[in-house]
Amino acid sequence: MMGRLPIAKMLAATIALAAVISAVMVSINWDGQEASTAAPKIDDLLNVMIVLSSFVFALVVVMLAYALWKFRAKPGDESDGEPIHGNTRLEVAWTLIPTIIVLFGAGYSWVVLNEIEKPADDPLIIDVFSQQFAWSFGYPENGGRYTQGELHVPLNRQIDFKMHAQDVIHSFWVPEWRIKKDNVPGITTTAIVTPDKLGTYQLICTELCGFGHASMRAKVIVEKPADFRKWVAGVKDRVPQPYKESIIRDTETNPVLDGAGGA
Amino acid sequence: MVAAIKQPGWIRGALGAIVGAAFGYALVVALRKASGLPAIQTEQTGYPQLVVAMVTGPLGFLLGFGCFDYWLRWAVGAPTIPEDHSQHGARSWKDYFKFNTDHKVIGVQYVCTNFFFFFVSGLMAMLIRAELAQPGTQIVDAGTFNGLFSAHAAIMIFVFIVPVFAGMANYVLPLMIGAPDMAFPRLNALSFWMLPIAGLMFVASFLAPGGAFDAGWTGYAPLSTGAPLGQSFFNLGVQFAGASSIATALNFLVTIITMRAPGMTFWRMPLLVWANLSTSLLVVAATPFIAGAQFMVLFDRVLHTNFFQFAGGGDVISYQHIFWFYSHPAVYIMMLPGFGIISEVISIHSRKPIFGYRLMALALIGIVVLSYSVWAHHMFVAGMFSWLRVPMMITTLLIAVPTGIKIFSWLGTLYFGKIHTYSTAMLFALAFIVTFTVGGISGVMLGMVPIDIHVSDTYFIVAHIHFVLFGGSVFTIFAGIYHWFPKMTGRMYDERLGRIHFWGTLVGTWGTFLPMHWVGMDGMPRRVADYAAQFGDWNLLISVFAFILGAVQLIFLYNMIVSWRFGPRAEGNPWRGKSIEWLVSSPPPIFNFDEIPRVVGGPYEYGVPGARHAILAGEGAEVEAPEPSVVST
Repeated sequence: MMGRLPIAKMLAATIALAAVISAVMVSINWDGQEASTAAPKIDDLLNVMIVLSSFVFALVVVMLAYALWKFRAKPGDESDGEPIHGNTRLEVAWTLIPTIIVLFGAGYSWVVLNEIEKPADDPLIIDVFSQQFAWSFGYPENGGRYTQGELHVPLNRQIDFKMHAQDVIHSFWVPEWRIKKDNVPGITTTAIVTPDKLGTYQLICTELCGFGHASMRAKVIVEKPADFRKWVAGVKDRVPQPYKESIIRDTETNPVLDGAGGA
Repeated sequence: MVAAIKQPGWIRGALGAIVGAAFGYALVVALRKASGLPAIQTEQTGYPQLVVAMVTGPLGFLLGFGCFDYWLRWAVGAPTIPEDHSQHGARSWKDYFKFNTDHKVIGVQYVCTNFFFFFVSGLMAMLIRAELAQPGTQIVDAGTFNGLFSAHAAIMIFVFIVPVFAGMANYVLPLMIGAPDMAFPRLNALSFWMLPIAGLMFVASFLAPGGAFDAGWTGYAPLSTGAPLGQSFFNLGVQFAGASSIATALNFLVTIITMRAPGMTFWRMPLLVWANLSTSLLVVAATPFIAGAQFMVLFDRVLHTNFFQFAGGGDVISYQHIFWFYSHPAVYIMMLPGFGIISEVISIHSRKPIFGYRLMALALIGIVVLSYSVWAHHMFVAGMFSWLRVPMMITTLLIAVPTGIKIFSWLGTLYFGKIHTYSTAMLFALAFIVTFTVGGISGVMLGMVPIDIHVSDTYFIVAHIHFVLFGGSVFTIFAGIYHWFPKMTGRMYDERLGRIHFWGTLVGTWGTFLPMHWVGMDGMPRRVADYAAQFGDWNLLISVFAFILGAVQLIFLYNMIVSWRFGPRAEGNPWRGKSIEWLVSSPPPIFNFDEIPRVVGGPYEYGVPGARHAILAGEGAEVEAPEPSVVST
């Protein structure tokens, strides 16, 4: 049955179509500017997936187009098609090949995940406080200094954001960093970012939090370490009491599982 | 008047609703008085007197309407007549507005009710797109906007997609397996009548003080536990829709397992029957979880329990675990019946047996099993235990395998067939394959934790779910409606209008939902009434296509209504199908079959010389029935 199909031509058409789609899709910068060490790794994974997906999509389109071109019934033809009930080899193939592809994707994703979340030796800890509908930030390594609506971070140093929500769930997202994490009432969640590009970005709330959700934004400034130190030394405010309490109160998301004491 | 009150029906139903609601209200007021509390409580999350009335009122309606009459008579030992078929079958259009136990009447009741809510919710989508056509807020304020998209999703999911599949299967499935009706016809009728209650509650929430429920259809705590009264409408609407869904699934399971015609082995069941068997397995086990989650939210709101109140020792994230333990299987509840429809349509219109029938059936079961182990992929950035992410990623990606098997097997079915594309149903089925593939691909990407971290809760998600639920589920619903329209109404629809509807829907779907991927990846979050100006042009384009998509649905509505009334008479088997529903007249007789058919072969034996699927009464002499135990596919 397979012998009667122009398999080589169909495969060539699939590869050609996949190549065109991939070339166009990979050349577009989908995710926007890359400004953290995680960003290029995530974008590479995305591009690999775009190429693999283009192949799958092209295969479906070519298979459908050829069938419609070749096996369309002539007007008035009331006869039936050939009574082919299946083909075990083909069925095994389209079970196994996709399994291998997705397991490769899972393995690759796992590697990327471990890389982007690899803890550094001396991360800078910054506390993030979210409340309907505003962001504020604490700098525990700098005497508990505190800013509202404006986050400053030094360039090229890993930052562990420790997040605390005061009312409902909010979510911390800086698209250029490709990093997102929910802030959940009652627990401390952590996001790890190493910014590697100077500039001003926007922090966007991505978890529906009420009528002010769309406008819950903050300014993010990545600056040279010396500039950061100078800036932070000039900050006058200190973390207010309720926020301090939330740091003490909120439990860690990932307590040590083995051993009775835990974290 | 007295006679009308004694008879089950709308008057007694209305009376039941009023008495029920008054009873619930009075009960709360009396209990509060007795406890020394103020009789009326109007905290925004409270209103217990209204919440209880919203439970007892609908129950009073169902009682008055006659849903429980037979059972109650039986329970108190009053005489019941099992052979009394006065509530079975439609003899005039009025019978469609009554408690009716005929699966065909119930099927039509479902589909019409579901499409009514489809258009209501579609209008909300049009308002949403009108607001989003430009940055800034012009048409509705942010609070109303949150209510609109929450209600849009809740209505589409709970009173359109999930039940419309149940409605179509209600009509077709008993015919397909050669059964005279569903296993529990009165339960079937009760299931239907709970559904409009759910839909009306979702819509009515706009009238509640504080506006409609606005925490999204996901209703995450603690936003939902602190929301105004409208949220309770959602909590309770889900209970009625969920109870309806569970009862129907039980009904399908018993019907499929015990009421197949002689000779119909499991391996001779049409794939639509396999699909509904799989779906029902998901519904009965998963739906109680969303019912539970919504009850917990309601209790947190009204009774001040602390399930999800962190200050009282509750756990915020556990809401999401319970919710998604239903709501991810729900994605397959909204997809598997559609897979069944596509198998029927493609096989008939390419005049070929389904390619790899058994693997197709096993793939459905594979999806059922896997779908219980993937829920937390909705929570990769939610702050749950980080070790849960990788196992959930692997199962999530693996579920693409059985789905891929289905896509390739449909394509394989086309090969060496005689493909007819004159039917709008076939056009939707073919377009479904390509459109759903895109939704599947974005689903695999979302399953990968690093990509998900970036695009979670952005417009990429909105694009993905609409490719899956509109390009997927709704395309299969249209395919199914066009395919069985002649069977259900006894009339043919207008193929020319069908084609216009098809092409408009296809262009509208891709034009609306494809660009959403791009704006999402580039930084536009979901569920916002206002957005950064840089996304303005794309959003205008999306809105224009959305309006096209909305407008062509009116052509569908016109085609259905006019064809139902004036269309040319349909023959019993306009598509030359083999499964049993095509062997009876259109529409089928009130009791389906004079004599139960005998099944003698597989359902898709196109091109096999002399092959038959089933033999109806009176034609048994022509073909000798083989032993029922012989498996032939």
